Amino acid sequence: MNLVKETFVTESTEAIRSVTVRDREGLHARPVMRFVDLAQRFKARVTVRNASLKGEPVDGKSAMQMMLLEATQGSVLEIHTRGVDAESAAQALSDLVEKGFQLS
Amino acid sequence: MEILRGISVAPGVVIGEAVVLDAADYRIPFRTVGPADLPRELEKLDHAFSLSVNELGKQTEWLNAHLGRDAANVFDWHLGVLKDERLRSSIETLIREQNAAAAYAASTVMRNYQRRFMQMSDPLLVERIRDVQDIERRLLRHILGEAREDLSHLSKPVVLVAHDLTPTQTAHLTSTKVLGVALDAGAATSHTAILLRSLGRPGVIGLGDVSTRVSAGDTVILDGTNQIVITNPSVATLEEYKAREAAYVRFTSELSELKDLPAETRDECRVELLCNIEFPHESAIGLAKGGDGVGLYRTEFLFLRHETTPSEDEQYEAYKEAILGAGGKPVTIRTFDLGADKYTQQRSYDQERNPMLGLRSIRYSLQHLDMFKVQLRAILRASEHGRVKVMFPLINSLMEFRQARMTLHDAMEDLEDLGRHVRGEVPVGMMLETPAAAIQVKEFCREVGFISVGTNDLTQYLLAVDRGNERVCQLYSPAHPAVVRTLRDVIRACTRAGIECSLCGEMAGQPLFTLLLLGMGLRKFSMAPANIPEVKKLIRLATISQAERVARRALSFDTELQVTNYLTDETRKLLPEDPI
Repeated sequence: MNLVKETFVTESTEAIRSVTVRDREGLHARPVMRFVDLAQRFKARVTVRNASLKGEPVDGKSAMQMMLLEATQGSVLEIHTRGVDAESAAQALSDLVEKGFQLS
Repeated sequence: MEILRGISVAPGVVIGEAVVLDAADYRIPFRTVGPADLPRELEKLDHAFSLSVNELGKQTEWLNAHLGRDAANVFDWHLGVLKDERLRSSIETLIREQNAAAAYAASTVMRNYQRRFMQMSDPLLVERIRDVQDIERRLLRHILGEAREDLSHLSKPVVLVAHDLTPTQTAHLTSTKVLGVALDAGAATSHTAILLRSLGRPGVIGLGDVSTRVSAGDTVILDGTNQIVITNPSVATLEEYKAREAAYVRFTSELSELKDLPAETRDECRVELLCNIEFPHESAIGLAKGGDGVGLYRTEFLFLRHETTPSEDEQYEAYKEAILGAGGKPVTIRTFDLGADKYTQQRSYDQERNPMLGLRSIRYSLQHLDMFKVQLRAILRASEHGRVKVMFPLINSLMEFRQARMTLHDAMEDLEDLGRHVRGEVPVGMMLETPAAAIQVKEFCREVGFISVGTNDLTQYLLAVDRGNERVCQLYSPAHPAVVRTLRDVIRACTRAGIECSLCGEMAGQPLFTLLLLGMGLRKFSMAPANIPEVKKLIRLATISQAERVARRALSFDTELQVTNYLTDETRKLLPEDPI
């Protein structure tokens, strides 16, 4: 008897990144908008969670939800992406946070 | 006819029709609708979002073009929220699932968000509440579709009457149709006050409930010079004020002729008139008005322009601009006076119970040495462009001054290590604005390079009055004998010690007090550039012996009222027709 193990590989991939917020003012208006604008360029679903506050994941493409993240300096954020371009989305977004938002 | 008293933030007299801005809540007509009306409510919502996004886009463009990127940046997040699909769908869900009216649904969702921000511990996030309120208001305006006061479509000149001004509303002050502003709130953001002063329009705040006493269309007299607002004036009063309005216009043009003449009394005593500035470009304005330099550069306003702490380079550029604008005349830079009613309190969630007695000003700086040193380095670097003096605010003890001065030397060393030599000497002084400092003035005279008296705060602390509190602000008066005597003692101590003493509080720019201060020995006055011509005119008409006589008499009185009446009479003798 052949046990055929079928692995359903969907089109989507997933990626997770953990980043620390560097800026002294945390994620305030300008950084939030830069993050959201960037996230919206990707097809993947983006959720972000404030691991430091053990928070629930929020929609990374939502300006309001990202502000409600309460991301302050030192907060560890978990960026979770799902979709065809999950990998590049996760990389781009984590780079943005890593670099700090001072250079605008 | 009613006469309401307040606090002036900008001088001048205007007569106009009132436009009353809604304080807070739009009246939401009903909460739920019948199921058949749901599609219409959804459409209303959709339409309101489009209109809001459109309107905001245009406003951002306008702000960008007229006031620069920083003013426009405020709205980036607003726009992001209005385009936020999750937000929109949560409102739509409320409409569909609970038969809610569009206005009610939008308001409910937005207020829920406001509540969530209120619960946060990060001080900076609290400011977002005002943003969300602003966005809510905008949406509601479009959903309800009523003819609300829209400042961008004023057809005639008006006097703005409101409880307070939101960021959106402040942006409209530059419209030529806004003649002046009258507010209930006792503490206008300095941004409002500065904008009004630089536009030459009167503003009176702390009126308590003017927004409830005036209806749209009422004739209103806004007397920023005498700190009053008159609603529905009688015919006689209106005539009188029309004459005053005309006189004020003549007066301001006369004054511009004084620009190049020295501030010298009739018996040839030279007095220095300097200016108080908040923004770098104002130093050039002060020079144009005939000032002898910048007596006070309030650097904390750099925070109003930037959402983040301004970097060393950003600060350097600002200081450099201010110094160059002064054309070789001295510029006294005051280190950050943050806290109390300013920037940090607005942004602080955990608001101090007593901000005036709390972590503000030099105390704040000494507890945030990194930030302090960044500022000091920027100032030292900029000092090569002109004659710079550094001043520490709210110095209350010798230890504090020594610590601050030591930090300045550390900053100097930092620069030396980087190979940047600070050329010349930068005099270091203090603002004297607390009772303790006044009492110890002799000791301070031995340590500091110069002293500048900050009468605004000094008066508040001496009289134990918060001038931003509408309920007691009338108790605030620099004419109170306790204040006057303290000033006499301070000026005398400085004169005897050979330490340069200037006065940079509002009192310096008020002609009512010029003779008194001159007579007590003050020779350096620092004021808003707009006040320089007026004070200069008075000085040129006075003699020192006359001023000394006035001071002696004023010091003999027991009450503030006697002092004020006496000074008014004496000043009138020299300026019979001018608004005092």
